[in-house]
Amino acid sequence: MAQKPMNWVAIDQDPRFQELHRKKSAFLWGLMIFSIIYYFLLPIGAAYFTDIFKIKVWGPINVGLLFALSEFIVAWGIAWIYARRANTEFDSMADQINRAASSIGGAK
Amino acid sequence: MTHAIANIRSRAAGALLFGALPFAASAADTSAVNEKFRWLTFLVFGAIISMTMFVTYLAAKRVKSASQFYAAGRSVTGIQNGWAIAGDYLSAASFLGIAGLISLYGYDGFMYSVGWLVAYITVLLVIAEPCRNIGKYTLGDILAFRNDPKSAKTVAALSTITVSIFYLTAQMVGGGVLVKTLIGIDYEVSVIAVGVLMLGYVLFGGMVATTWVQIIKAILLVTASIMLVVFTWAPYGFSLPGFLQAAVDSANVQGQVTKLIGDAAKSMSPQELGQRFLEPGLFLKNPIDQISLGMALVLGTAGMPHILMRFFTVPTAKDARVSVIWAMGIIGGFYVLTLFLGLGSAINVGQAEITRIDKGGNMAGPLLAQFLGGGADSMLGNLFLAFVAAVAFATIVAVVAGLVLASASAMSHDIWVGVVRGESATQEEEVRAARICSIIVGIVAIAIGILAKGQNVAHLVALAFAVAASSNLPCVLLTLYWRKCNTGGIVAGMIIGSVTAIGLVMVSPNMTYPTIVKANSEKAIKAADDKLVALNADLAAAADEAAKTKIQTAIAAQEKAKKTALDNVAKLGDATTSLVGLDKPLIELKNPGLISIPLGFLAVILGSLLYRDKRADDMWDELYVRQNTGIQAEGAVAH
Repeated sequence: MAQKPMNWVAIDQDPRFQELHRKKSAFLWGLMIFSIIYYFLLPIGAAYFTDIFKIKVWGPINVGLLFALSEFIVAWGIAWIYARRANTEFDSMADQINRAASSIGGAK
Repeated sequence: MTHAIANIRSRAAGALLFGALPFAASAADTSAVNEKFRWLTFLVFGAIISMTMFVTYLAAKRVKSASQFYAAGRSVTGIQNGWAIAGDYLSAASFLGIAGLISLYGYDGFMYSVGWLVAYITVLLVIAEPCRNIGKYTLGDILAFRNDPKSAKTVAALSTITVSIFYLTAQMVGGGVLVKTLIGIDYEVSVIAVGVLMLGYVLFGGMVATTWVQIIKAILLVTASIMLVVFTWAPYGFSLPGFLQAAVDSANVQGQVTKLIGDAAKSMSPQELGQRFLEPGLFLKNPIDQISLGMALVLGTAGMPHILMRFFTVPTAKDARVSVIWAMGIIGGFYVLTLFLGLGSAINVGQAEITRIDKGGNMAGPLLAQFLGGGADSMLGNLFLAFVAAVAFATIVAVVAGLVLASASAMSHDIWVGVVRGESATQEEEVRAARICSIIVGIVAIAIGILAKGQNVAHLVALAFAVAASSNLPCVLLTLYWRKCNTGGIVAGMIIGSVTAIGLVMVSPNMTYPTIVKANSEKAIKAADDKLVALNADLAAAADEAAKTKIQTAIAAQEKAKKTALDNVAKLGDATTSLVGLDKPLIELKNPGLISIPLGFLAVILGSLLYRDKRADDMWDELYVRQNTGIQAEGAVAH
C-alpha cells in the first residue's frame, strides 16, 4: 500500500493535535486509574472489611452484594462516559486534524 | 469428613478459580443427559452445527485475500464485532464454571466474575482504538510499527503461540471432559470432533467464518441464559430480595454452608447459615492470590492475541470502540445472569446433585435447565438440557477457532511472511501459508488434547492470562504511549515477562508434588479404612433393611474414596519430586501476576533505556499521531 509521506513532526506539534493529546491523556489515564482502584476495593473489602460487607441493607441483600453489583454499574458507567466524550469531542478533533493533515504535514 | 471436604474443595478450587473445567470430571461415570434422550441432544447439536457449517460455506466464497482470511476484510460492523468478542471471550469455563461456583459457594463465585468484565475497561480506554489505527492483522504488526520488524515479529509470534497454546490446551481438555460429562460420548471422540469442526471453520472460512460462529454462539448463549433466568426468577415475581430470600431459606443452601464451614455452623440458626451464603469467604481464602489473579485478568485480557485480533476486523477505530462497548454490555449482562443461574441451581437442584455429576459444579447450569423443563425424565427437561449442552459445545468450538486463528496468523503472517520472506509474498501465497499453519495448529491442538487426557490443566487458563499480562500488555502499552520505548525493551519485556510468569507457575502450588499428594492420599486411605471398620460394625448391628441399605451406601462411598486415593498414588509411580524437581512449592502464590507483571514492565523500561534504536525514536511522532487520529489507518476492502 503506497502511503504518502507525511511530516509527522509537524502534525505532532500542531496546536490542535497537542490539545487532543492533552485532553485525551488526562481523561483516559484518570478513568483507568479510578477503575483499577475501584476494582481492587472489592477483593480487599471482602477480605479485610468482611463485617461491613455483611451488613444487611434490603432484605437479605447486604453491602457486599451491592458493592459487587456496583462494579458492573461502574464498569458500564465508565464505558458510557468515555464513549460520550470520545463521540462528541475526541472524534471531531481527530477528524479536523485528519482533514488538515495534508496541509500541515503534506510537504516533507 | 472435614478432610474429605477440604480435599474436594481444594480440587474444585484448583479447577474453577482459574476458570477451566475440572479434570476430575473425567472420572465421573454419570452423564447429565439421560440415555433415553440422547438422540434429542444429537438433534440439537446437529441443528446448530449445520447452521455454522452453512455460514462457513458462504464465508468460504469470500475468503481469497489475506485481509479476508485474517481480518474478515475489515468489514465487520461494530455491533457484530461486539457480539463476536463476547463469543470469543465467554468460554465454557465462564459459562458453566462461574454458575457452578456460585451454586456451590454463593457470594465468592459472583465476586470472582467481576474481574472478567472490568478487564474490558483497559481494552476500551487504552488498547482497542490505538491498535486498530496502527495495526494490520496481528500483535506482531502492532509491535513492528516502530521497533525492528523482524525482532518484534519474532518475539510477538512466539508469545502469541505460547499464550494461545496454553489457553487452547485448557479448552481442548476441558471441552473433551465437558462433552463426556454432558452426553457421555468418549473423551477422545469429543476432542477430535471439536478439533475437526473448528478446523473446518478456520480453514475454509478464515476470520469471516470464525466471526460468524462466535456471533451465533454468543446469541445462543445469551438467549439460553435469559430464558433460564426468566423461568428461575418468575416464581418470585421478579423481586431481587424475594429471590435471594428464597436462597437464604433453602435447605440445600443451608446444608451446603454447614458442610463448608464445619464446626462454626453449630452455633448458627438456619437463617444465619443461609445468609452466610451471600457473604464473602466461603471459597476465596487468600486475598493476595485474588489480587494477583485480578491483575492478570484486568491486564491480561488486553494482551490476549485472539482478542486484539478482533479489532482489525472493523473498518475504523470508532467501530472498535463501539464493539468494545457492546462486548462489555453483553459480557457484563451475562455475568449478572449467572448470579441467578447459580443460585437458582442451588435452590432447585441442590449442591448434592450438582456435585454428584461433576465435583467442580460445572453442571449447575445444565441441570437447572433440565429441572426447569420438567426434570430428568421429561421430554422438555431433556430438550432444555440438550440446548444448553449444544450451546456449551458451540462455545468451546468458537473459542478454540479464535485461538487457532490467532496462532496460525502469528506463524504465517509474522514468522513466514514477515521474517522468512521479508514481507514479500503474494496474497495467494499468504493465504495458502495461513491455511497450512491452521492445519498444523489444529493437529497440534487435537494431539495435545488427547495426550493431556486426565491431566490437571486448570491452571493453564490463568497462566495464559498471566503471560499475556506480563509480556504482551507491557510491550503494547509502552510502545503506544512511551516515547523512549524501543526494540531492546520489546525483546526484553517479551522474554522476561513470559519466562518469569511460566517459571513462577512451575514452582507454585499449582504443580503436582508427589510427596504431598502421597501423604494426603495415605491419610485419606487411613481415614477410609477406619470408617470402613466402624461402618462394617454398624452393618453387623443394623436392625432393619432400611438401615442396612443406608450403611451399605456409605460403605460404597468410602470404598470409592479409598480407590480414588489409591489411584492417585498409583498414577504418580516412583516420582518423588515435581516436574522441575521440587518436593514442595517454592512460593505460595498461585497466580504469578503480582510479581511477573511489574517485572515485565520493568524489563521493557530497562531494555529500552539500555538499547539505542534510531528507528523507534524516529517513528514515535508518526505512531503517536496515527494512533490518535487514524490517519492512514488500514481501510476496509470492498467485496
